[in-house]
Amino acid sequence: MMNPAAIGQPFDRVDGPLKVSGAATYAAEHPLDHQPLVGWIVEATIPAGRIKALETSAAEASAGVVAVLTHRNSPSQVPFGEPDDEGRFTQSRAMLGSDHIRYHGFPVALVIADTLANARHAAGLVEVTCEPADAVTAAGEEADEKPDELDGGLEADITRGDFEQAYSSAEVTLDVTYSTPNQAAAAMEPHATMAVYDGNELWVYTSVQLIGPAVQVLANTLKLNPDRIRVLSPYIGGGFGSKLGLHNEAILACLGAMYLERPVKVVQHRRQVFHNAPHRGNSVQRIRLGASRDGKLQAISHESFMPTARGYAFAEPSGAPARTTYRTDALVSRHRVKTVDMSLIDSCRAPGHAIGSLAFESAIDEMAYRCGQDPVEFRLANMPEKDPGSGKPFSSHDLAECLREGAARFGWGKRQPQGEVRGRQLVGYGVASTIRMNILVKSKTRIRLSADGTLTAWANMTDIGTGTYTILTQVAADLLGLPAERIEIELGDSAYPASCGSGGSFGAGSSGSALRDACLRLREKLVEIARKQESLKDADFDGALFEGGKLVLGSKQVSLTELVRQGGPDYLEADGKVAPGEDRGKYSQHSYGAQFAEVHVDRDTGEVRVQRLLGVFSAGRILNRKTARSQLLGGMVWGVSYALLEELMLDERYGAFMNRDFAEYHLAVNRDIPEVEIHFREQPDMRSNPLGSKGIGELSISGAGAAVANAVYHATGVRVRDFPITLDKLLEQLP
Amino acid sequence: MRPFDYQRIGAVEEIGAQASDRASFLAGGTNLVDLMKHEIETPEQLLDISRLDLARIEDGEDGSLQVGTLVTNTALASDARVRQRWPLLSAALLAGATAQLRNRATTGGNLLQRTRCYYFYDTARPCNKRNPGEGCGAFSGHNRIHAILGASEQCIATHPSDMAVAMVALDAGVRLRAPDGSERELPVEELHRLPGDEPQRDTVLAPGELITWVHLPAPPPGRQVYRKVRDRSSYAFALVSVGVILALKDGTVSSVRIAFGGVAHKPWRARKAEAALQGRPATEEAFLKAANAELADAKGYGGNDFKIPLARRTLVAVLRDAAGKTGEARA
Repeated sequence: MMNPAAIGQPFDRVDGPLKVSGAATYAAEHPLDHQPLVGWIVEATIPAGRIKALETSAAEASAGVVAVLTHRNSPSQVPFGEPDDEGRFTQSRAMLGSDHIRYHGFPVALVIADTLANARHAAGLVEVTCEPADAVTAAGEEADEKPDELDGGLEADITRGDFEQAYSSAEVTLDVTYSTPNQAAAAMEPHATMAVYDGNELWVYTSVQLIGPAVQVLANTLKLNPDRIRVLSPYIGGGFGSKLGLHNEAILACLGAMYLERPVKVVQHRRQVFHNAPHRGNSVQRIRLGASRDGKLQAISHESFMPTARGYAFAEPSGAPARTTYRTDALVSRHRVKTVDMSLIDSCRAPGHAIGSLAFESAIDEMAYRCGQDPVEFRLANMPEKDPGSGKPFSSHDLAECLREGAARFGWGKRQPQGEVRGRQLVGYGVASTIRMNILVKSKTRIRLSADGTLTAWANMTDIGTGTYTILTQVAADLLGLPAERIEIELGDSAYPASCGSGGSFGAGSSGSALRDACLRLREKLVEIARKQESLKDADFDGALFEGGKLVLGSKQVSLTELVRQGGPDYLEADGKVAPGEDRGKYSQHSYGAQFAEVHVDRDTGEVRVQRLLGVFSAGRILNRKTARSQLLGGMVWGVSYALLEELMLDERYGAFMNRDFAEYHLAVNRDIPEVEIHFREQPDMRSNPLGSKGIGELSISGAGAAVANAVYHATGVRVRDFPITLDKLLEQLP
Repeated sequence: MRPFDYQRIGAVEEIGAQASDRASFLAGGTNLVDLMKHEIETPEQLLDISRLDLARIEDGEDGSLQVGTLVTNTALASDARVRQRWPLLSAALLAGATAQLRNRATTGGNLLQRTRCYYFYDTARPCNKRNPGEGCGAFSGHNRIHAILGASEQCIATHPSDMAVAMVALDAGVRLRAPDGSERELPVEELHRLPGDEPQRDTVLAPGELITWVHLPAPPPGRQVYRKVRDRSSYAFALVSVGVILALKDGTVSSVRIAFGGVAHKPWRARKAEAALQGRPATEEAFLKAANAELADAKGYGGNDFKIPLARRTLVAVLRDAAGKTGEARA
């Protein structure tokens, strides 16, 4: 009988009932014995400068206020950004450490009171006088600093072949510049932290994707021994990269708790999240393509210009899709950044590919039209034999099949080359290739099978809403032949074995493989115990199976609980781990997909409404068809949002985003999203990890937006190269 | 939020001198409470009128309808009489906000909601509406959602209501009660004002004056069409909205009412466009001429320049729909 929780089954989320009933305690909801104090952040309103005067007496005298923390009285910290030789997630994130204002929204005080209302009101009574300094808030094509490296360890610049020669001799060329705006991660749960300090140990309930670095950054900022810090993040309401590292409110809550030796909670207000958590920087992407008249790509150049936040080394690899998606004789990819006095710029879902694909897959579409070719056929005619950027062979390559299957399922054949007019609606079809690198990250886990038949697994892994609890339950259920009800997955606690955390689409494959390893080791222990049993002396150990809570040996069987009692007697434990192997360096590893969109554009108003979305994805072995589908669905929705809606409106005068709420920072709403079709091409890639799975979390956002943008072009004949494609950019050019 | 006194009002007659420019009436609270949290609105006293017996819709004389100020947006939009005879109003209401907000928001409160200008909401930025004399952040800043008609150098904010646009087209009126118990009536069209050099004043209401009823006269003849153009298909304020009631006789316009939303500091009755259409053949050319007549004085501030062609194109499209020229009426 098939285990309903076997790997691949669309098993319901094990934490679903807890979440919908409110029983899952998010960071700000963790129940303490006593109500914590509440902190409210006072933000700087200039982009750069110094605090000249800070008048806190009115706030201190306000009802319910316990303390006003500023750079004058906050506990001693390591200066921001130290030590130099660590990464950005573990370097000091000092808050209130000096009178220096790093960016608009930067905390200049924390008002701590008995209630949220009292803290917030008193925050308005803090008088801050600043001495502004010259600030750079906007970045564009003038960016000319070469970053040391790009996110993910990629090189800033690569050159393959002679681009200038190939480009100048190409029969068909394209030289276009695209831009994408500053964008917010916009996780549902705002960044929130509750800190408890007893004078010795610091306990931090927070919302963070990577637990290990969170401990280290607290130690490095607050001058504490990491052994005295416990970080807990069992439930996370979305992170999308903006919670990879610990952010401002976490440091502030800890400072408050250490200062008062009382629990302090700080939840960022939605308006604060836009500056007190990282965002994705805007990009300018110049793309030059050269091809033969019959549509063979010969030259690809991608030049990226983006901001980088002062003192915080992060450069987004927006050239990533241009480096790997299509064959070419010559390839250039360059990244330049410009240092700005803005809030932190960091990873946002699919750094590089999300916005890189918006521009690059649009430009590829332009080239297809310029060559007079069908956009699907053009892409198919330019599939690479090996990775054009690295020169390495692909561990597997399935992009062409995704495109073919997607085109057939979508009904691409019915596409009218010139678009269609239906009443006052212009109808268009669009396609985009999707590709996202696949990563394995070192991970450990520990499992324990108890004599009562319960299996518990521990890892400092996180579930950011992706379904980690569920797929790990399935890995254990599948490997040990246990029912899901007997499996407890314990995550989000720094006391547990070090795992990869959530990010870069590596969570499921890495943490799942470590758990698989632990299960295999436990199986060995169980078999060993069984071998010693007199009654199983002649059993068929070669065909050993773990099924229905039993070890099945041909015609004989023994329950796992029995084996535990004999070997334990209370429980048996096993440790599992995984680390990148040799294949990582030898092969170029990616997940693939092809995405298709149909849009209607109103001829009168330019309003774009997406009518259909379809994606075919190849991401190795699928661990749970339901949660995998949800991941892909979310990315496709986000792609629609990137194509048509999302933009942080930067007012360069103030270094401030002006639309800091969800009424004005437009995400796609339910009504903007039509029926979405998602298909898997399931092809386990055993070079990826021992489970054969590949990353899916960032896959579909890398292309969905371009499919929509290309459909808008097909419908209207208007190519908008400045995202998002709002109606004002179409209006006066509509046919 | 600033500390404030709270008083629940049991009957309209209880409202007296405590209703002043330092007090605010609280009904649904969907806008006011938000603004108080940001300390954009800082009333010293909240007079909670939500228990008053003004959540009724009553038939009036001559086929009119009396709408109590506390009738929720949901109740008004779904009232069978409104849906049948004033579908423009129902459509406009349903185009606004979200179901959750409409369940809470009231008729009077909807009329008095404040602008969504980014600079009005950000207390760290200059805003003449929030702090007279401070300057206007939007004038040389982000003004994509701002006014193209009737703005001043002091303020280019828009009024965000959809409902009010329909009411202005339908010649609705408001009954007002002053703290001394005196009453007066006013067309909705005259309730809101242009910013001029007093942008802090959204309406002509005197301190302590309360909207008690909205009067909907019998609808004029003709087809009613409301169209809201926005960036996303729900929960976005109008870039431009148009309400039209159009009656034709032998292909000629016999009666027409037009109002715009999202273009000015108030719901904008397009009387120039109406005059240009009255008695004229209902042709595409006439529609365009009418739109151009109304928008001749329109002025953009950079980010909102597109609203001028958008308003023109949308009005033409709505007139075309209302005249049955496309066979594709849209709500």
